[in-house]
Amino acid sequence: MEVLDIVLAAPFWVAVLRIATPLLLGTLGVLLCERAGVLNLGIEGIMVAGAFAGWLAVFAGLPLWGGVAVAAVTGAAFGALHAGLTVGLALSQHVSGLGITMLATALSYYGYRVGFPKVDTPPTITPFAEMHGLGLPVLAQQTPLTLLALLLVPLLAWFLDRTPAGLALRMVGENPQAAEGQGVSVGLVRSLAVVAGSALMGVAGSFLTLAAFNAFFFNMVNGRGWICVALVVFASWRPGKALLGALLFAFFDALQLRLQQAGGAALPYQVYLMLPYLLSILALVVVARRASYPQALMKPYRRGER
Amino acid sequence: MTGPVLRLQGICKRFGTLQANADISLELGAGEVLALLGENGAGKSTLVSILFGHYEADAGRIEVFGRPLPPGQPRAALAAGIGMVHQHSTLADNLSVLDNVMLGTEPWWRPWSAREGARRRLLDTARRFGLPVQPDARVAGLSVGERQRVEILKALVRGARILILDEPTAVLTPQEGEALFATLSQMVAQGLSIIFISHKLEEVLRVSHRVAVLRAGVLVASAPAREVTLAQLALWMVGREVRMPARAPARARGELVARLSRACAGQSRAQLREADLELHAGEIVAIAGVSGNGQSTLAGLLGGTLACVRGEALFLGLPLTRPIAALVADGLARIPEDRHGTGVIGDLPLWENAVAERLRSPAFSRRAGGVRWVRREAARAYARELVEAFDVRGAGLESPVRALSGGNMQKLILGRALRAPDARVPRLVVAHQPTWGLDIGAVAHVQQQLIGARDAGAAVLLISDDLDEVLTLGDRVAVMHEGRVSPAMAPERWTRESLGLAMAGSAVAVAA
Amino acid sequence: MTGRLERRPEVSAAALALASLAAVAMTLLVGTVLVLWAGAPVAATYAALFAGGFGSVFAWTETLTRAVPLMFTGLAAAVAFRARLYNIGAEGQLYAGAMAAVALGGLHGGEPLGPPWLLWPAMLLAAALAGALLLLGPAWLKAQAGVDEVVTTLLLNFIVLLGVSALLDGPMKDPTAMGWPQSVALAGELELSRLIEGARLHSGLLLALLLAVALWLLITYTVPGFDIRASGANPRAARFAGVPAGRTLVLVACLSGALAGVGGAVEVAGRTGYVTMDMSPGYGYTGIVIAMLAGQHPLAVVLAAVFVAGVLVGADAMSRVVGVPTYIAEVMVATALIAVLVATLAAQYRWRVDPAGQA
Repeated sequence: MEVLDIVLAAPFWVAVLRIATPLLLGTLGVLLCERAGVLNLGIEGIMVAGAFAGWLAVFAGLPLWGGVAVAAVTGAAFGALHAGLTVGLALSQHVSGLGITMLATALSYYGYRVGFPKVDTPPTITPFAEMHGLGLPVLAQQTPLTLLALLLVPLLAWFLDRTPAGLALRMVGENPQAAEGQGVSVGLVRSLAVVAGSALMGVAGSFLTLAAFNAFFFNMVNGRGWICVALVVFASWRPGKALLGALLFAFFDALQLRLQQAGGAALPYQVYLMLPYLLSILALVVVARRASYPQALMKPYRRGER
Repeated sequence: MTGPVLRLQGICKRFGTLQANADISLELGAGEVLALLGENGAGKSTLVSILFGHYEADAGRIEVFGRPLPPGQPRAALAAGIGMVHQHSTLADNLSVLDNVMLGTEPWWRPWSAREGARRRLLDTARRFGLPVQPDARVAGLSVGERQRVEILKALVRGARILILDEPTAVLTPQEGEALFATLSQMVAQGLSIIFISHKLEEVLRVSHRVAVLRAGVLVASAPAREVTLAQLALWMVGREVRMPARAPARARGELVARLSRACAGQSRAQLREADLELHAGEIVAIAGVSGNGQSTLAGLLGGTLACVRGEALFLGLPLTRPIAALVADGLARIPEDRHGTGVIGDLPLWENAVAERLRSPAFSRRAGGVRWVRREAARAYARELVEAFDVRGAGLESPVRALSGGNMQKLILGRALRAPDARVPRLVVAHQPTWGLDIGAVAHVQQQLIGARDAGAAVLLISDDLDEVLTLGDRVAVMHEGRVSPAMAPERWTRESLGLAMAGSAVAVAA
Repeated sequence: MTGRLERRPEVSAAALALASLAAVAMTLLVGTVLVLWAGAPVAATYAALFAGGFGSVFAWTETLTRAVPLMFTGLAAAVAFRARLYNIGAEGQLYAGAMAAVALGGLHGGEPLGPPWLLWPAMLLAAALAGALLLLGPAWLKAQAGVDEVVTTLLLNFIVLLGVSALLDGPMKDPTAMGWPQSVALAGELELSRLIEGARLHSGLLLALLLAVALWLLITYTVPGFDIRASGANPRAARFAGVPAGRTLVLVACLSGALAGVGGAVEVAGRTGYVTMDMSPGYGYTGIVIAMLAGQHPLAVVLAAVFVAGVLVGADAMSRVVGVPTYIAEVMVATALIAVLVATLAAQYRWRVDPAGQA
């Protein structure tokens, strides 16, 4: 059977892991923000900005990891803006996030056009190489950023569950008054969480231009940011489940691509492309009932206000 | 240590036009229990919030154990040995007891949490002070009394030498209150000094060494507890004679207005179980009980916002599941517990809030072209009438209603409930904690209004956790515990002891 | 060092006006920086931008034409967000409406399906229905299962667009379009008439204005309008006062989805004549920004839509003359949004610095 043939081939899983990486990084970023109580709808724009900034840095001569760092800093900068608006000024988190998505996307496209007026083929860079030295089956064909993403899962889980700083972050997202009463500065912790999460989102974007592809295209991110927002709910705000969610989504995304290529025009290719989105919605419905939201999510906290 | 452990000098704090604290100076001695008394709004919570660092004072200084306290930082207060048990829950429901206690106790940069050590310390402290606790239990599943124990332990584990308790008995049964007082004695014996905030005069005199009374932001008196009488305290707190409504028994009990028959509603801890209750015209039925025993469900059921899962709930012979507009039109008047969150819609103007429940009636809307249009002039006229009759001050008809103070907001809610546009008296008044958070003048006013409604022929259901209010106003008194409603008897047949026992669930008292 | 925001007892008109001015200044500042970065002359760029959007009758007709779909999606977002139903799916609802319109009003096999007096209202109704149904799903999921509608409406956009793409490749494809994926064309009689000779501005503008006024009347003066405002401001208190939560949610979802759907139909009938994949350069998302700029007030949405359309059209025109990339328009709109929000906040609150306690 066709599907089985596809699924049992190793190259399939190589693709799955590659597709999952930006989703995983982005989801972990959203997770950090939301665990601290802040919804960050700026992810779509931040991923575009990270993709552009990272690529531009490498094009300008920085080493690849330098590009990743630049992408992280870019993400962090937009995160700081979001934190300032939502934590500092207690503006609507929906509005701020959507505004930042628009801003970051437009700025990136603008910068690209100013720097590189219309050409036939987009300028390219040399992306990350596969890690053949690793010797492990599917991992050997991945780039270092994928390894980074995979390592971040247990790291973030440890951070949240077993460190004092992680406890403070969780508490700030559950009951900010309680945190304040124990001497924790809610504003500071929330802002740092948003900045760190946004940095991860920037790195997620840079994966697209520095590893998956080697150039910057318009519409490159293509909704991945929004999918991460959905995946966080699916993951019940836990890093381990975020990995599961990213892999699941990537599985179906890779599957539909190969089903298309394998021919058999039984269904128009668009139906296959729809599968991952439909599954996300389904997953959300299944999970939403049981999900334990961080209780202070989307509730602004004003210190000392009567 | 011979000097005072805590010294406040000249504390001033202003919020907008409200002077919450005016030049307050106070001392706390070692091993002393100081009760801070005052009406709601007198400035007690503000003062201790300043002490703990939630706010910064506009002027004044604080010395703890002889050293000045940096203002505005809870962390500094904690480091100086001050602990605070807040009035409203400061625990995260989704986390464990241990997590809640450990927060903020370790340096943030440490890459691992020393949980085992913290757990041992928690259990040791719990044992020392007689406050049993399960470190790994999720807070969401704890009872109110258990939560308070965790809050106290939070402070003790951090080595608090001065403990502030803000209205700790507000959520406890009399028996649980006794247990708390025993704990306080233990703490004092172990060298702690305590500031105890309350507005309940009797327990204050029992438990404290010294009393300090605040009124309208000013410290009006401070004296050793044994030299003070209840009457003296009341006078200090209020500053003048206030005529509280006297016990005015009902004249004649009229027809049946509402009835609950084996009604079950709500879920989990707030459930109502097989409640039987009859409400007749011209009488006040007062329900005593500690908050959280199903009162909200009872109020919701009789107020038309909840439906029975089993059994019957009838108003004027018809089920209470009818639309609220119909119920209100038939004479159902509701005064909700949470005035800001449920009673009014803060962002909308005062006049819209005044007619919110009656908008669907012909008095304030008319159908044209398939859609109901609001009759704005009629609505505004009615709102103006309410504002005048009930003396609602602080905002105009068009201002967002959140601009009103708590007392004025309650007056508006009371007015719109008790005064229908056609001047008819309500048939049933469901009042849930109607005097909570009001100053004594406002409390008297609300109580007068309820008695007035009764005398005009309404059936009144009063749910209150203030035993004095229940005993003064109730023509019949019932007690709620864990969702069950006791039979309602004349107040003369209850004593404070039997009430307390019933509130704690002892069936013996009910049968007596 | 510590301070906090304290709400002012009243907001003076002067403060609000100052706030708006500050927002405009901020937007212009950011725009100027971008122009300088592109190495173009600042004054000439702004002049070209303004002229392109508002400088001539032709410019105005272009701006207003561009504003029409933005008014529809802006109104859709305004009514939904007022009720705290965060409808991010206007883009999909717009396309669904457009497809429904073409399905009923298109020249299938060269002939329209019926007479224009029947098809015209049927078309609009179908478009409204298509948009409404698309939003009812996520709204129902939110009410019943607590699923966040931000995510579901967003994901639906992708699904709908894929569906449209599949339809355009297959059953709805125009056989006379030489292989180009576009839908069958709308019957000529069903197209909207031009308002001004020789310009693209069509009578869809009148429909948009009419709907804006109708929505404003509904929200301000009727009981359902009160229900919508109350549910958005405080759902618990609204329920306590007897506002029917379920019915209000359905009403809001239908209104919002329908407005976006009709917007799609109007675009087809007024501007394009048929549906293509690139028919909407993100009208649905821009509509959200417009609604926020307008403070969710229907009449202000009209003004905001004209403003944003003017900037977008002006940027296109300016780009042809001065060469600054058109994306500057989106940057300025996003900046304007953030600036307006911050400025409004500044007008409503003031910063109170807590004096340090005397040591």
